[in-house]
Amino acid sequence: MEKAIKRYFPIFVLPTLVAFTIGFIIPFITGIYLSFCKFTTITDAKFIGFSNYLKIWTDGTFVHSLWYTTMFTIVTVVLINLLAFIVAMLLTRKIKGTNIFRTVFFMPNLIGGIILGYIWNLLLNGILALWDKTLTYSSTYGFWGLVILMLWQQVGYMMIIYIAGIQNIPGDLIEAAEIDGANKWQQLRYVTIPMLMPSITVCTFLTLTNGFKLFDQNLALTNGEPSDMSEMLALNIFNTFYGRPGWEGVGQAKAVVFFIIVGIIAITQNRLTRSKEVQA
Amino acid sequence: MTSQKQRTNNILTVVFTIISLFYVYPIFLVLLNSFKKKAYISRKPFAIPTGKMFVGLQNYVNGIAKTGFFQAFLCSLFITICSVAVIILCTSMCAWYITRVHNVVTSAIYYLCLFAMIVPFQMVMFPLSKVANMLHLSNPVGLIVIYLGFGAGLAVFMFTGFVKSIPIEIEEAAMIDGCTPIQTFFNIVLPVMKPTCITVAILQTMWIWNDYLLPYLTLDLKKYKTIPIAVQYLKGGYGSVDMGAMMGVLVLSIIPIIVFYMFCQRYIIEGVVAGAVKG
Repeated sequence: MEKAIKRYFPIFVLPTLVAFTIGFIIPFITGIYLSFCKFTTITDAKFIGFSNYLKIWTDGTFVHSLWYTTMFTIVTVVLINLLAFIVAMLLTRKIKGTNIFRTVFFMPNLIGGIILGYIWNLLLNGILALWDKTLTYSSTYGFWGLVILMLWQQVGYMMIIYIAGIQNIPGDLIEAAEIDGANKWQQLRYVTIPMLMPSITVCTFLTLTNGFKLFDQNLALTNGEPSDMSEMLALNIFNTFYGRPGWEGVGQAKAVVFFIIVGIIAITQNRLTRSKEVQA
Repeated sequence: MTSQKQRTNNILTVVFTIISLFYVYPIFLVLLNSFKKKAYISRKPFAIPTGKMFVGLQNYVNGIAKTGFFQAFLCSLFITICSVAVIILCTSMCAWYITRVHNVVTSAIYYLCLFAMIVPFQMVMFPLSKVANMLHLSNPVGLIVIYLGFGAGLAVFMFTGFVKSIPIEIEEAAMIDGCTPIQTFFNIVLPVMKPTCITVAILQTMWIWNDYLLPYLTLDLKKYKTIPIAVQYLKGGYGSVDMGAMMGVLVLSIIPIIVFYMFCQRYIIEGVVAGAVKG
């Protein structure tokens, strides 16, 4: 059978492969090459070695946005997962209206980041106006504004994944624990959470990468104001590319560093939580 | 014991009802302000638009005129529907082929797709926009090709995960009965893959419909805009933002999403769960 299929390579694989080459492979390789070049367009690129990579650290914005993004990611990963888990536990208790609550909590996920940003811009600026402040008054306001926005958007999504996980735990496992005299806390600690490890792996992975790669919401909510202090990594890279003529190479080098950081996080996180998964 | 549990559950229902109201409040607030004169929006965002604050549909008319909202809507619709259809068709075929044929090329494709999933968009955005320009892909049809390329990673990964669980005997039987691989794929494999198709479709739709940066960098913005670009366009420049038009456009952008959600809610939630388990 394999032989018969093999001849059909041009029909089955080629369209995807061509698009993948145009949309990913060529830009990726060019991107790595360009990070070692000085250029304004691809055609005038001149090889200059590692100096773009050294230049990244000379202006403080990259280090600041790296720090800002890391803090933001830690805070959102913890809060989103904690809240989503608690809500999921409560919404699997067969209370009235569960379906409506799930529907409502999930809805913000479907709204795009730009639109979400402007919705919350209106609301948060309205609230802060009571104290004569705005979101762009200091980067702390922007930070927590963005955290609230992300909670509103993502708790519902992670909740759905946790609910599916909780419903997959065989009921006799909890029953057995109960008969053995485990109290509610012990059931949670020794049965529910270990059984939920696959969901936890997925949810921490998603929240980690979403936090690190956040762009649209950052752009729409504060646009990095005041003076780039609430600028996250993705926006910093974008602004280096398109806001500072002559710095395109540095922007590309920042993007490579960004890619390496995201890659390391993704791989480490996966190893770490997968190793804690158990079989029933 | 049970009556106490009943009481806790009732309290929870009340608590969650209140939280739900808070949850929809931001959207409600935008709706409220979309009927307010623009001068009052920033100053009195929480006031109910009555009397001299009320402007009827003026904000909507302004917003539509300033952004070309309907063209943007059609553009978004075209790009999303076509890209998702093309992604499903092409990547499912590709995934089936690379799972059934074992050689260096197919496993290289598989690992490249895995790899592509963790690469952030910023890494490729500049070269991608230039490549798109050079190949004349800066239009909605060209964007479909780019979305197929950039979305292939996740889609191929999810489809291969599913193909591995399909027993090969069914396909072998079909081929022995004289089906060509193309017939086998469309008559036997594709129908079995329907749940995965729905999952992939949902995830890609959520991504492409809301995507801002990729179309912003690759599309010829003088001719085409998608909805997120139209919204951001209102903010653009250094002048003051027309908050009235902004509110109108925000409401108009949320309506199609809510309609879509109401009709496909079950599929969306199931799709997200299935996608998470495999991802």
